[in-house]
Amino acid sequence: MKKTITLDVNGVAETAEVEVGQTLLRFLRDGLDLTGTKEGCNEGECGSCMVLLDGRPVNSCLVLAVEADGRSVTTVEGLSREGVLHPLQKAFLSQAAVQCGFCTPGMVVSAAALLRENPEPTEDDVKKALAGNLCRCTGYKQIVDAVRDAAAAMRAGAVAGGEAGKPAEREEVPA
Amino acid sequence: MPVDLDYLSPSAVDDAVALRASRPSAAFLLGGTDLLPQMRSGRRSPETLIDLKRIPELHEIRENEDGGLSVGAAVPLADVETHPVVLSRFPLLAECSKTVGAWPLRQRATLAGNVCNASPAADTAVALLALDAVVNVASTTGRLAMAISELFLGPGQTALMAGDLVTEIVLPGAAAGFRGSYQRLSRRKGMDLATVGVLVGKRDGAPASWRVALAAVAPTPLRVAAAEELLAAKGASAAREAAELAVAACRPITDLRGSAEYRREMVGVLVRRGVESLG
Repeated sequence: MKKTITLDVNGVAETAEVEVGQTLLRFLRDGLDLTGTKEGCNEGECGSCMVLLDGRPVNSCLVLAVEADGRSVTTVEGLSREGVLHPLQKAFLSQAAVQCGFCTPGMVVSAAALLRENPEPTEDDVKKALAGNLCRCTGYKQIVDAVRDAAAAMRAGAVAGGEAGKPAEREEVPA
Repeated sequence: MPVDLDYLSPSAVDDAVALRASRPSAAFLLGGTDLLPQMRSGRRSPETLIDLKRIPELHEIRENEDGGLSVGAAVPLADVETHPVVLSRFPLLAECSKTVGAWPLRQRATLAGNVCNASPAADTAVALLALDAVVNVASTTGRLAMAISELFLGPGQTALMAGDLVTEIVLPGAAAGFRGSYQRLSRRKGMDLATVGVLVGKRDGAPASWRVALAAVAPTPLRVAAAEELLAAKGASAAREAAELAVAACRPITDLRGSAEYRREMVGVLVRRGVESLG
C-alpha cells in the first residue's frame, strides 16, 4: 500500500509516494538518490545507515519512510555545505580514518550528533557515541582521533567567532 | 515486507485500541527496533502497522505525587536514562537502559517495547522488576494496571492479551532510592544482547532493603526474592549465601552466547561482587 509523505531532507522539502514497507534508508537512496547513506546489515546492528531524524541519530534501516512524514532528516550529504566539507569530514581525511569507506558516512553522522550535544568529548565519550557503528577495516583508533580533532577544530572556530560546525575555508579533497 | 502492508497513525489511545480491535492482524509500532527486523525475517507478518508515536499522551514523562514517575510508552530509552528524576531516584533503571544496543538505537527503542518484546535478556526489564514497576494498559474493555512481576510468562510471551496497548510504565515512589550496579557480560560492549545480566541494589535503612534481579539466565527476567530477604536479614556479609540462592534460582540455557554452566557460574560471581561492593 502506498502513502504520500512530506518531509525535510537536508533543508529541502520533499513530497513523495512511498510503499508502507519501504525503509527511510531505501527511500533516501532509491527515491532521492542520496547514496551516501549505506545499507549494511539492514537490522540496526552496523550503523552504516545512520541519519539524523529531528536531530537525533537513528538507524534509517529501522525507520519506515512513512514514519518520517512531517519530520526533518539530515544525511551525510547535508553536513557539507556547497562543496565545503564539515570539520568531521576534514578530520577523517587528515587522520586517514577511512579505509574501504563503507562505514564512514554513518560514523560521521553519529559523530556529528555527538558534537552537537558535547563539544568537548573525551575518548570514552566518542567510543560510546560510536558504539553502534561498526568498522571492519581500521581498528577505530584513527576514527576516535579524527572525531576529537574535529571537536577541537570546531571549538577553535567558535572561539574565533566563526559559526560552530561551519568550515572556515574551502579545502581541496584529495582524489 | 508484504506489498499490501497498511500504516495508520492515530492521535489518541482510544482510537488506536479501536483500530487494533477492528484489524485482527494489525500490530502496534513504537520504535520498531524489534518489530521491523522480526517482520523482515518473517517471524511476524502483520497486515497493518498502527504507529503509536503520533499520540501526544504517550510521549509524556510525568512526576507523580508519591515521588514516582510515569513514563509514556513512546518515550525513547535515550530520554529515560538521561531524565533527572530517573538519575536521582531510580538510577538502576538508567544503568540498565544504557546497556541496550547503542546510543542511536536507544533514540528509537522504548521501555514499553523492551517490556512487550519480553526477551529473557531484556536489560530494562530487570530494573523494572527490581523497582516493582506497574504497567498501565488500555484495551477495548477499559484501562487496567498490571504489576510487572505478573507480566513475563516466557521468551516473547507476556500476560497481555492481543490488542492490549501499554500506555505507560509507572515507577512507584516507594521504590525510589535503590543504588547499586547492573553487571552485564556480553561478547562485545555495544550492540550485543546480554550473556548474563545481574542487578544488585540496596537502599539504606534499618534494616537496609536489597534487590537482586537477573537477565538472560531463565525463560524470563528474574527477581530473586530469597536472596533479597537473606541480605535484608544478614547484610552484605551474607554475599556468598545470597549468590548461592541466585544460582539456585536461575535456569539458564546453552546458546551461542554462552553455556548454561558458564551462565550459572557467572550469576554466582556477579551477585557476590555486586553485594560486596555495597557492603
